[in-house]
Amino acid sequence: MKNRIFILFAIVALSACVPASQLRGTGDLGLVVERASGSVMLIDTSTRASYATVSGLGDLSHATAVYSRDGRYAYVFGRDGGLTKVDMLRARIAARTVQAGNSIGGAISQDGRVIAVANYTPGGVRLFDSATLAPLADIPATYGDGTQRSKVVGIAEAPGERFIFSLYDAGEIWIADCADPRHPVITRFRGVGRQPYDGLITPDGRWYIAGLFGEDGLVLLDLWHPERGVRRILDHYGRGEQRLPVYKMPHLRGWAVAGRLAVLPAVGHHEVLIVDTETWNEAGRIAVHGQPVFAIAQPGGRRVWVNFAFPDNDTVQVIDLPSRSIVHTLKPGRAVLHMEFTPRGEQVWISSRDDNVVRVYDPASFREIAQLKADHPSGILLSARAFATGF
Amino acid sequence: MPARAILSLFICSLSLAVEAAAPAAARRAQLVHMVREDCGSCHGMTLMGGLGPPLVPAALAGKPADSLEAVILDGRPGTPMPPWRRFMSEQEARWIVDSLKKGFPSEK
Repeated sequence: MKNRIFILFAIVALSACVPASQLRGTGDLGLVVERASGSVMLIDTSTRASYATVSGLGDLSHATAVYSRDGRYAYVFGRDGGLTKVDMLRARIAARTVQAGNSIGGAISQDGRVIAVANYTPGGVRLFDSATLAPLADIPATYGDGTQRSKVVGIAEAPGERFIFSLYDAGEIWIADCADPRHPVITRFRGVGRQPYDGLITPDGRWYIAGLFGEDGLVLLDLWHPERGVRRILDHYGRGEQRLPVYKMPHLRGWAVAGRLAVLPAVGHHEVLIVDTETWNEAGRIAVHGQPVFAIAQPGGRRVWVNFAFPDNDTVQVIDLPSRSIVHTLKPGRAVLHMEFTPRGEQVWISSRDDNVVRVYDPASFREIAQLKADHPSGILLSARAFATGF
Repeated sequence: MPARAILSLFICSLSLAVEAAAPAAARRAQLVHMVREDCGSCHGMTLMGGLGPPLVPAALAGKPADSLEAVILDGRPGTPMPPWRRFMSEQEARWIVDSLKKGFPSEK
């Protein structure tokens, strides 16, 4: 009898903590960066609606996020060096630190224990404990005579508790082995090319590619064989053509792969580049509407969705890779900044900064299936990133 | 005393005349939006810098307005700074320079 009462009491107490009706997973959640107001709108891709807004994240004029390995927490990297851990279920800030003056992005380690932030000012990478955001190590991106510090771009997580990133001013790629996150071990690749502006790692974690702004070409590093050094790919892809002005830097994060083909934005040319990932030779180019910013693969890999830099940023084009043709053009609103697919590809979320709207499309029919108001939305980052290599 | 007031008024209007004529309100709003949002993709929405250098008054102090105007209109070779001549007049570029040097207005 005593036992029964105790059990009953325990059940009541437990359910008071977490009402059964509110128990839920995080696999269908995500966030939308509201860049002007320093907040993130939390979204649910099952209901295709927002369920909360979390404010107080500082300057999010350029921001991105990665997720804890259980999808519970988002780590949001703000422009002003703010690193904020957002509890996706309680819809509130769990921890926050301002770790630098100006930062560009970050990644979470393979084991989920370390957050790495890439900074412009002071140039370098800083490592933090993902549980508490306590600092673990500082990696200054020094070059030249050792007093200069480079802006860091294109940071990616690599298998083996490593982070890989590029030094914009120095023209270098560094691998930081963070098996002991208080004492990271750096491998430097010098003289890789002029002004690497962003980087990506392939979904299998093997290849790191840095895009160059100062030269027509990209840099490839095989993480299975880093001792072989870097190699130039798609070298001089725009040779002999007039280079067009670039009003927004392309982003390489949305690695688009269909079979052995990958699609990358060209720089200063209104086209996307197709590369054969077996040989790393150019396999073609497709003329598009403007300077591409993101080229994102629709899950399944048959189609690639592309958005564009100012002043062509009201348009999204959909490329069919087998036929290398543009099969659809959308006008989702003014200043389209980002696109994100749900992991199985039945929805694509697209943000329109100047129309203060996020639109959700059915990629099969191109029909709009939902519309959410948002304050100057930019990045849309779903919790499925928790389970992917590179983020 | 009135003479002094008139003199200082005169000096004020002189220094105003040196600055570019401000564009009309609607156009000004467009330019503010362009600087904050589109220039902001490299220089930061707060203009504290990003891949591009900061454009706040302290960072621009001592830099001649003419050369800043030329950079806006024609870009800066060897860097990602593109030419913006397609999108604004010389007067508007000068107004942006003057406004940046004073502390750029926010979007309403």
